[in-house]
Amino acid sequence: MTDPILVLEQATLLHGDGDSDETVTALDHVDLRIAAGEMVAVVGPSGAGKSSLLAVAGGLIQPTSGRVTVGGTELGGLSRRRLTDLRRTRIGFVFQTSNLIPALKAVDQLRLPLTFGKFTDHADPNSLLEEVGMAHKAKRRPHQLSGGERQRLGLARALVTKPQLLLVDEPTAALDRQRSQDVVALLAEETKARGIATVMVTHDHDVLHHCDRVHEMIDGRLMAPALP
Amino acid sequence: MGSVVALIAMLMVLLSGLSVGLVNDGVSGLQRMKATSFAFQEGVAKDSAFSRSIISRDAVDVWAAQGGVAEAAPYGNTLINGRTDRGTDIDLALFGIEPDSFLAPEAASGTALTGAPDEIVLSSTAGEHGVAVGDVVTVGQTGTKLRVVGLMADQNTFGHVDVGYLPLRTWQEIRAGVRAGDQVPDRVYDEITAVAVLGQNVDLAAGDRAAGTSSMTTKESFGASPGYTAETSTLTMIQVFLYAISALVVGAFFTVLTIQRKQEISVMRAMGASTRYLLRDSLIQSLILLVVSAVIGLGLGLLMGAALATTAMPFALQASPIAVATGALLLLGMIGAAVAVVRIARVDPLTALGENR
Repeated sequence: MTDPILVLEQATLLHGDGDSDETVTALDHVDLRIAAGEMVAVVGPSGAGKSSLLAVAGGLIQPTSGRVTVGGTELGGLSRRRLTDLRRTRIGFVFQTSNLIPALKAVDQLRLPLTFGKFTDHADPNSLLEEVGMAHKAKRRPHQLSGGERQRLGLARALVTKPQLLLVDEPTAALDRQRSQDVVALLAEETKARGIATVMVTHDHDVLHHCDRVHEMIDGRLMAPALP
Repeated sequence: MGSVVALIAMLMVLLSGLSVGLVNDGVSGLQRMKATSFAFQEGVAKDSAFSRSIISRDAVDVWAAQGGVAEAAPYGNTLINGRTDRGTDIDLALFGIEPDSFLAPEAASGTALTGAPDEIVLSSTAGEHGVAVGDVVTVGQTGTKLRVVGLMADQNTFGHVDVGYLPLRTWQEIRAGVRAGDQVPDRVYDEITAVAVLGQNVDLAAGDRAAGTSSMTTKESFGASPGYTAETSTLTMIQVFLYAISALVVGAFFTVLTIQRKQEISVMRAMGASTRYLLRDSLIQSLILLVVSAVIGLGLGLLMGAALATTAMPFALQASPIAVATGALLLLGMIGAAVAVVRIARVDPLTALGENR
């Protein structure tokens, strides 16, 4: 087996509760390894720590203890600037509500991340739009698109920088059943075709059959994988 | 917000036009004189030297002998009320000069002073006030009759009143209140307001010691004309406040804009945009917005100013003060924007992941 893209070893994250002095254990000694081309779903109730898992894996927040490695680079001890660089070049994010920039046309949404810095390799925004079936809407702005179209665009935007790791936060939260299936199928397809490691946090049990593994998260602990 | 900046830019143009107009109205008669400095009575009040100073014309010769002085000439200044033979009332600042001195004005219409005692050459603005070449102006205080022989090419006003150049002797009689047929004591013809001096690198202090006078450069003497300092300092104060307000407004706007864009910015941060990139991006946006709004405001202000310039309001548009005002508006706007944009550095990329962490 090739080296995994994402490795979490005993990752623990504590953070203060807004209402009291108590600390909340968002992640409790989490171990996770995801290889290239693998798509892993993380399910669980609200507040179980699913988004914290994404935040730690994506270098948005450093774990209180434990190790996180992305594409062989350990995140612990990296400066803020190096972390930003790593997110820019190796990690793609797909957000709950797609979080597109309201003022930009579809094709410019894809061009935007490429302006953040230099890339040794990146995808062509137009052919990527074609790939996610959005070429005919290249000139549209987010408010002129349906929820499913926005989510496809959000996915294309994450892929344009050719990341090794894709972190997906509740991609179907705002979608109906059929569109959810389509979007997650596309996600699985891209994961295989591009050899990306994908973590998808979701509530939606109907889309789990697209994934290679499913972990349940309860109170910050990641349970042993179940087959979808 | 763009409209606020545009309105401020417009107000700046109008204020700058008003202050240039007021300066013109107050001292254009002095600005157009060839004199480089004036020597007044020793110790005269600096803010009203033109109306208070009386010196002997002997000082002219003393000044003429000073190093660096090319020419020195007697100069008289007095404000009078007059009425033309066609019944037009007009206030005048009478500048008494010797028609063969360097102070003599050129006439754009009619003729210059020839030396006859009853001639007067008026500012071009007197034409707008209903006085024409050939009119006879009667001085209210003395009944002296003056023939308007010429009008000058430009605005020549002093203390918001049209300037009229006339022979020094006639001026001396009017200032002393001499009526036709009165006996005139000799001292009247010795009294002048100041010595007008023309010359580069004149040692004013040395001249003052030799002649027993108090001199000022022509520019300094503006402050000695009626109301000049009060008017210009008021307008300057208004302008300074306007700059400060515009900086605050622009700063406040960009603060609100940054708060509105917080989600967007956090998403870009999560995707790997550096703080530097986001700051630069925001500052460029601010600059574009500022420049576009300022240009619109400038255009509107110039249009309105052009309309105002045709009215009786003292108003004159000049490129350099408008350029300075626009530059200041942009600079302070950018400072305001920069202060607001610092907030961007504090936007947490975690916000992008939604509430349910």
